[in-house]
Amino acid sequence: MISAGIVTVSYIAATILFILALGGLSNQETARQGNWYGIIGMTIALLATVFGVVTQNYVELMAALLVGGSIGLLLAKRVQMTEMPELVAILHSLVGLAAVMVGYANFMDASVHFSGIDLTIHDIETYIGILIGAVTFSGSVIAFGKLSGRIGGKPLTLPGRHLFNLGLLIAAIWFGREFVIESAAGGGMTPLMIMTAIALIFGIHMVMAIGGADMPVVVSMLNSYSGWAASATGFMLNNDLLIVTGALVGSSGAILSYIMCRAMNRKFLSVIAGGFGTGGGTTASSGGGEDQGEVVPISADETAELLANAKEVMIIPGYGMAVAQAQHIVFEITSTLRAQGVNVRFGIHPVAGRMPGHMNVLLAEAKVPYDIVFEMDEINEDFPDVDVSVVIGANDIVNPSALDEPDSPIAGMPVLECWKGKTSIVLKRSMATGYAGVQNPLFFKENTRMLFGDAKETLEAVFKAL
Amino acid sequence: MKIGVPKEIHEGERRVATTPDVVTQLSKLGFSVAVEAGAGAAASYSDEAYAAAGCEIVKSAKDLWKNSDIILKVRAPEGQEAKMLNSGQTLISFLWPAQNPDLLKDLTDRGVTAIAMDSIPRISRAQKMDALSSMANIGGYRAVVEAAQHFGRFFTGQITAAGKVPPAKVLVIGAGVAGLAAIGAAKSMGAIVRSFDTRPEVKEQIESMDAEFLMLDFEDEDGSGEGGYAKVMSDEFIKAEMALFAEQAKDVDIIITTALIPGKPAPRLITADMVASMKNGSVVVDLAAEQGGNCELTVAGKVVERDGVSIIGYTDLPSRLAAQASQLYGTNLRHLLTDMTPEKDGEIIVDFDDEVVRGATVCTGGETTWPPPAPKLSAAPKKAEPAPAPVVVNEKKSVAGPIIATAVGALALLGLGAVAPPSFMAHFTVFVLACFVGYMVIWNVSPALHTPLMSVTNAISSIIVIGALIQISSADSMIKWIAVFTLLITSINIAGGFAVTRRMLEMFRK
Repeated sequence: MISAGIVTVSYIAATILFILALGGLSNQETARQGNWYGIIGMTIALLATVFGVVTQNYVELMAALLVGGSIGLLLAKRVQMTEMPELVAILHSLVGLAAVMVGYANFMDASVHFSGIDLTIHDIETYIGILIGAVTFSGSVIAFGKLSGRIGGKPLTLPGRHLFNLGLLIAAIWFGREFVIESAAGGGMTPLMIMTAIALIFGIHMVMAIGGADMPVVVSMLNSYSGWAASATGFMLNNDLLIVTGALVGSSGAILSYIMCRAMNRKFLSVIAGGFGTGGGTTASSGGGEDQGEVVPISADETAELLANAKEVMIIPGYGMAVAQAQHIVFEITSTLRAQGVNVRFGIHPVAGRMPGHMNVLLAEAKVPYDIVFEMDEINEDFPDVDVSVVIGANDIVNPSALDEPDSPIAGMPVLECWKGKTSIVLKRSMATGYAGVQNPLFFKENTRMLFGDAKETLEAVFKAL
Repeated sequence: MKIGVPKEIHEGERRVATTPDVVTQLSKLGFSVAVEAGAGAAASYSDEAYAAAGCEIVKSAKDLWKNSDIILKVRAPEGQEAKMLNSGQTLISFLWPAQNPDLLKDLTDRGVTAIAMDSIPRISRAQKMDALSSMANIGGYRAVVEAAQHFGRFFTGQITAAGKVPPAKVLVIGAGVAGLAAIGAAKSMGAIVRSFDTRPEVKEQIESMDAEFLMLDFEDEDGSGEGGYAKVMSDEFIKAEMALFAEQAKDVDIIITTALIPGKPAPRLITADMVASMKNGSVVVDLAAEQGGNCELTVAGKVVERDGVSIIGYTDLPSRLAAQASQLYGTNLRHLLTDMTPEKDGEIIVDFDDEVVRGATVCTGGETTWPPPAPKLSAAPKKAEPAPAPVVVNEKKSVAGPIIATAVGALALLGLGAVAPPSFMAHFTVFVLACFVGYMVIWNVSPALHTPLMSVTNAISSIIVIGALIQISSADSMIKWIAVFTLLITSINIAGGFAVTRRMLEMFRK
């Protein structure tokens, strides 16, 4: 048994290590080190708590740790890089569930006594902790379902859904008041349970209303919630380590959500409110579709020839590359071209894929060196020098109407301006519109060629022709 | 339909309007092709090669003109040639209708359909038929070759055992197709190349060829005219321009001028004084010689030497690269015929709805159709701007919003401070500070690492395990088992989160 002072010092050490872990992610070199800081911090916090706070039931403790740890390691080892968004979503749900469990256990714990204002505050903390935890839990489970394709990606738009959400919020507040009053009298379990149900429904409904390509925002938002849940639990348990760590995670997720929203030029609230593409703007712009002109298809052999004769090639991957699992063949083509002296680079849009940084991870998995992978802002000005841009399974992120058409639903969203290069080759399965439901004038531009078919198969044909 | 390709009769003209390669392509469109004997000889294409490609070789020019439905030529018909054309025949060649009104009238009266390769509109779709550009390209290249011929030194700089050789300095005036081709050729021979153009938008093109763009210290006057050609500049601009050239003339070894303004005589850019100020052995190549020359001393079609400077005024530079020029010109013609034969049945259709055909056809069926109506822009004109008024109102950001939000936040904090006990406020301080630390740290995270960031924050947020650990020693077995369950799921998260982050970060390699 170690003293409370030592435990506190260990917690401070863990806090600093966590901050260093996040700070390390500023670049790829220090990131690996940062991850170790995180692991060490977590180990210190666990050891200090186990030896400083726990007094009995060590067997169950060890069993749970070992079983859980092994499951976690197995998951981490098995997961495909294309499935990362699903994994992250389901892990978020576990944090949410844990927050709910800790909240209930704490509420049921008869050994903790408060009175007066302290009791009220403690009750509110418990209530909020469980609320956020439950929303995180159910929201993440639905996000997992959507990302893994178990639930359809289409946004579910119930009539009057905003009123419904508002009703749930008011009910949650009202039951919160009930809970505080009943708790002072020794009860309170019933309002707590009702609120948990409301929060679960709210989480489900919120994520159901959000469509596939808004998933980066949802995933990072749930990331944020899981942090706030931990923080609220920290308040409840009077534990600064939880508060700090939760706040770190919460602000991290919030910033990510903000970055994602900015990358789509959308307001956070409108993403959360869901139902993208149902506004009046869509119909207005789709009417202008008939004079778009015609698309020029291209064969895999011609693509290979264009690529081999180019000096500057830019590859723009989108979610389609992840779906087709085409990242490895993309790398093969890249290395062949680079061996021939072609400068191949990658341009990544912040919301490409289903979670922040999704494309970078896929390319890294395919062993694409990260110094030829660039962010949109770094590379957008270089397009006039690019001979061939290859757009793989992306649509809205290369849509010129975001800049040209003020009434387009995606107007103002920053996009990769590949049409400014000499030639763009767009790999697509069909002429279907992207997630935003907007026709893409890029496909009809004179310097655009369409390569139809499954991204992986067509790229393999291109690779053979090279 | 039968295509006839006569031998060019213009003196010194070596080009021919088709090559054996192109003939093969034309046959695929359903045409039969006849070539006058010896037509390609000057461009190194033998009669045998044409015959092998499926051509009929016709001995007499007269027969060829008489029996062909379509005549392909390079130069405009001269002398007896036009007289051999009859109603219903089609002639495709350079015609320069503005400069040759008599010829245009003659062709019209004969009921010939005449298509002028020099009148192909300059739109993106017609680039493949733009014979002016392909000839200008050859001219620019050949200009450098001619300059090298008359220049007594290396283009490239070298350090040899016998001493140091400075690189030649080349000034290219006018960076159109010919100018850019000259820049490319001179650059690849190792010279230092500078270039000047009145159109500021070509600066990037010049710099992309690794040449230096000479800036004129002058207020912004844009020299771009219609269709990407240059226009006449103001007097002050020309004065500043001339001063620049005078200064450059003393420094450079070779000047290549390509300045042309459509429908105007070539601007005088290099005066006799400037030539005199050039070093002995320098070379001036004047690509505008035919239109009067950019250099005062140019004699069209000749090389003259003044003050030790060779001034080359050849007007037949593409013809001096006859094989190449014929190949490109023939391909331009073939693209035009491809567009005019949509059915690929060897029957051309003069479709006046086709902007390119309309622009290039100068007369048909006894009527003069030149000049054509003003060309449409290749890009569809922008639809009338949608009324932006309602949007503007929304865009206007209210100053009151943030102030109200701040005020509400401050009041909420004050209210909290008034009722909350000190222990809560201590935690609250920690919370707010941690939020700020997180804010600062996260903005520095590389966007490429956002996925690892999410998985590592996920692992870290499992610190909630502490809560479970605190509860696991509870005497209440219900609480104990809830805690065990929580511990189980959070440890999945801890191990899984860190392990998958590690796995991802391992993959990020240079």
